[in-house]
Amino acid sequence: MFYEFVLELGITNRLVAWIESPRRMTLIIVLVLLLGSGWIVASAAPLGSTTAGLIPSPRPGFLAPDFELDLLGSGSINLLDLRGQVVVINLWASWCPPCRAEMPALQRVYEDLQGEGLIVLGVHMTAQDSPANANAFVQELGLSFPVLLDRSGLVGKLYQSRALPTTFFVDRDGVIQEVVVGGPLNEVTLRSYLQPLLAESK
Amino acid sequence: MLPVLQVGPLAIQFPGLIMLAGIWLAILAAEHAAPRRGLIPDQLSDVVLISLVAGIVGARLGYALHFLDLYLEQPLALLALNPNTLSVFEGFAVGILASLVFIQRKQLALLPVLDALTPGIAVFAIAMGIAHLASGDAFGAPSSLPWSIELWGARRHPSQVYETLAASLMFWIVLRVQEMQVFQGFLFTSFIALQATARLILEAFRGDSLIIAGSLRAAQLVSLVVLVASLLILHFLSRGIRNPDETASLRL
Repeated sequence: MFYEFVLELGITNRLVAWIESPRRMTLIIVLVLLLGSGWIVASAAPLGSTTAGLIPSPRPGFLAPDFELDLLGSGSINLLDLRGQVVVINLWASWCPPCRAEMPALQRVYEDLQGEGLIVLGVHMTAQDSPANANAFVQELGLSFPVLLDRSGLVGKLYQSRALPTTFFVDRDGVIQEVVVGGPLNEVTLRSYLQPLLAESK
Repeated sequence: MLPVLQVGPLAIQFPGLIMLAGIWLAILAAEHAAPRRGLIPDQLSDVVLISLVAGIVGARLGYALHFLDLYLEQPLALLALNPNTLSVFEGFAVGILASLVFIQRKQLALLPVLDALTPGIAVFAIAMGIAHLASGDAFGAPSSLPWSIELWGARRHPSQVYETLAASLMFWIVLRVQEMQVFQGFLFTSFIALQATARLILEAFRGDSLIIAGSLRAAQLVSLVVLVASLLILHFLSRGIRNPDETASLRL
């Protein structure tokens, strides 16, 4: 105990002496600058190493994973075909109250911004729900944007859905720019995400 | 990765929970460190809480300023419980400003307050590393090392593990250094210097760096500036003391 105390006192005094001395401090700072800038240059990112926009993964900065799903009703949609448009991918189920709560805002924003190149995809987690429930839900809320049926749960898995609703905002190049887990999203938030994405040229 | 903890029907955002725990432990640590610096524990936890509340309000208002037309139309959206619509920079600025004003009005001495807060900040840094591990944020650069992890479509450096280990090491150092009797402001400033050093080194293994000037990582440049600045501040703080032996002998 006493020994440790003396030792620490010694270290303290030596440390303070180094910090106090202008010459030693100048030396330390020059060393830090040299080593630091050397390390910065050595660890400079090789071209493309951090531009993750080409790897498909469900997070901002990455390519939105591709999928093709049947529409509620008839026909199908392939995400790849929607390049050039801003895409909102909303994962939902009929039994999820916050999903229900945010649908009117999604519908209004879709109606309003459709002309500027926005498309909303309501991806129904059919594997955890039923097509009949999906249909009743869409009728009741009067949704006009495309609703897709994820029967096998593949899209849920691709997009690592762990909570509903989860909403992805994809830019015109197919890169995810924003992910919101949970809800309900309000109209202002939706618009604040979409404004900059829609402003990017086609 | 464990972003969502499922407890029955409740989906708990695990990273957020860890951050909350981190804040709570940080307040405890700061309160514990207060008497050593001649401060009242309650005043210190007030500083933390005020900067938190002001920070969150500032972050939301800062975000709203970017989309003023939208928020003027529906001001209630300011109250939305959505952590995505927060501006980090404005939040930090307002939080720090508010705590400085509080410290000024309560006539607390700034340096002892910062020193007393340091163990708390160090605890919070550990929590942040674990939260990043849970959410997969602050992820690593692609790597084929044997300890690389599969994350976001590639095998990557476990940068969140590096971050957590570095933060733990720094917490240990802070606990040791706070026992030492050095000049006021030493603990905080040297912690900032260590933090900057760690970021300077570890940023090299990140896969999400902001790149400027072609290929340089912005965080490294900022860290180097902060490191040099904190060394200079240490120097000037130490020169402010006439007689270092006097402070050292306070221990006896």
